[in-house]
Amino acid sequence: MASQKFAGAVREAASVALVALLLAIPLVGFRLVDGLRGLTIDTRFDWVAWGVSAVFLGRLAIALSGTTRRLLPDLKSVGAALSNLPGGLSRFAGGAMLIGALLLPIVPFADRYVVEIAITVLIYVMLGWGLNIVVGLAGLLDLGYVAFYAVGAYSYALLSINFGWSFWLCLPVAGLLAAAFGVMLGFPVLRLRGDYLAIVTLGFGEMIRIILLNWKDFSGGPNGISSIPRPDFFGFPFARTAEEGQTTFHQLFGLEFSPMHRIVFLYYLILILAMLTNLFTLRMRRLPLGRAWEALREDEIACRALGINPTMIKLSAFALGAMFGGFAGAFFATRQGFISPESFSFIESAVILAIVVLGGMGSQIGVVIAAAFLILVPEFLRDFSQYRMVLFGMAMVLIMLWRPQGLVSHRSPSARLGGHA
Amino acid sequence: MSKAPLLSVKNVKTHYGPVEALRGVSLDVHEGEIVALIGANGAGKSTLLMTICGDPRASEGQIVYDGNDITQTPLHQMVRLGIAQSPEGRRIFPRMSVLENLQLGAFAGDPANFEADIARVFRLFPRLAERSSQRAGTMSGGEQQMLAIGRALMSRPRLLLLDEPSLGLAPLLVAQIFDTIREINRSEAVTVLLVEQNAYHALRLAHRGYVLVNGAIRLSGTGPELLANPDIQQAYLAGGKG
Repeated sequence: MASQKFAGAVREAASVALVALLLAIPLVGFRLVDGLRGLTIDTRFDWVAWGVSAVFLGRLAIALSGTTRRLLPDLKSVGAALSNLPGGLSRFAGGAMLIGALLLPIVPFADRYVVEIAITVLIYVMLGWGLNIVVGLAGLLDLGYVAFYAVGAYSYALLSINFGWSFWLCLPVAGLLAAAFGVMLGFPVLRLRGDYLAIVTLGFGEMIRIILLNWKDFSGGPNGISSIPRPDFFGFPFARTAEEGQTTFHQLFGLEFSPMHRIVFLYYLILILAMLTNLFTLRMRRLPLGRAWEALREDEIACRALGINPTMIKLSAFALGAMFGGFAGAFFATRQGFISPESFSFIESAVILAIVVLGGMGSQIGVVIAAAFLILVPEFLRDFSQYRMVLFGMAMVLIMLWRPQGLVSHRSPSARLGGHA
Repeated sequence: MSKAPLLSVKNVKTHYGPVEALRGVSLDVHEGEIVALIGANGAGKSTLLMTICGDPRASEGQIVYDGNDITQTPLHQMVRLGIAQSPEGRRIFPRMSVLENLQLGAFAGDPANFEADIARVFRLFPRLAERSSQRAGTMSGGEQQMLAIGRALMSRPRLLLLDEPSLGLAPLLVAQIFDTIREINRSEAVTVLLVEQNAYHALRLAHRGYVLVNGAIRLSGTGPELLANPDIQQAYLAGGKG
């Protein structure tokens, strides 16, 4: 009996060690070294041997003590407690986060680096909230969301460079164009569900990128578009010296010139845009259309029996989700000053989708936490240089083991009795 | 009855691919009636109900509602005509609250009627009022059935189509649900077409009944007539009154 158990444990440990070996040979075993005559390959099989032995012994110890699963349930109960926060508490958490976000540029440690990172996080929060309409609420798996981000970015870049339109004029246009593309994508995919929908949206995202890459006269091709106008403060530019007949921002307020002004302005701009996305979604959830999105995710046939036309509901979800992607894209273009198709590759769609899934499909606060995690963790791990992505991947795997439903899986009802319907 | 029927199914055939599920079914439902459609598993009862709603479409024949041909009308337009259904397997929205489910039932209706309609549903099913903020999927089968019927009533239908409201429910609950259906018919003046395997309860409730066998109507008559019919007793009522 005991020997049988031991044999099983050895088998298990051996199979795990084999996987480790297969992974370790290419990852650890070979190393490119910059030698005298160009690059040469150095082998480190001793490292591989040590690593694989450690995996084998570790796995054997776990299998023999039989504690494989004991750690996880503990984590799970913590997670359950976290996600079952009553509505009031989660609203409190949301309010606290908003106040924190509003105060961020003022706190002493907020240097340029911190605010820049915060802007990036907020762009992804906004994209996550936008995609949440499509994926989280309406339940339509969209793998090409970055296409709308690209449409928004190129709309702003081209309109402002070619026609001299201001950011505030371009912003709604970028949103509308992205929404139009959302409807364009929506029509052919209306009949598709699940995997098939995912494939077509994936293709759509790539199409937009490849068109931008190849249509040189229009989009600048792989060179992208540079010197995109930076935003000004309602007509007052953020510049050290004013051009003829202009007043700069710091002159307007009688301040010393500082490059931080523009960054802080960008920060509040994206904060406002993101909060608009959030408020819009929260409001939609209480309206018949938003409720129909959620119902469609649950049961399409029941929806039709209740007189809900799935075509219109799906199209509206695609269009509105795309619109916020377009807004975020316009912001991205004005912040970077330079865009190229490289910024809109599939990996961006994947990251945004990961934010929505990790946050717990449909949860607004979950998106914030997940976006912060996915953007900040790789940033903090920079010190670990080449192990950064390994650690990041490990963290993702652990989270999905711990919370397969996403970080915040609790769904608060959109209506209460006695309240307004 | 001299008036034209509210719903008239005329020689309808329905195919699933090459399989003929309905082989020319005709039935009438008059305003104010409860009509029961009984039959064994696989006889085509649910198919008939779904064909009336337009999904799947009838491949032959005609369906007339209130004087209009609705054979080609898509499912999502039925509610606006006054036809509501509680589909097979209830199909409530499990992750949404009871109240949200009822709000979705009122999706096609006039928002001004909402307060009155929800009060009416809560009067018919007081349990739903108690559970209004509960997630629908966590309720018992009987409560989910109440919700499915209540949700259908939110659109103020003239004709209510019910598919197996007794499915999977304890006998006491079945009796309770059927009492409520009778009340909906009497005091709310809603015409009901009911599909049931539970022939005894269905025929006692219904004014008239049809027996569907292998995709065709075998027998029809008033509820008491069919209950007294020896063939029916043997085929559908034998082995107790469950």
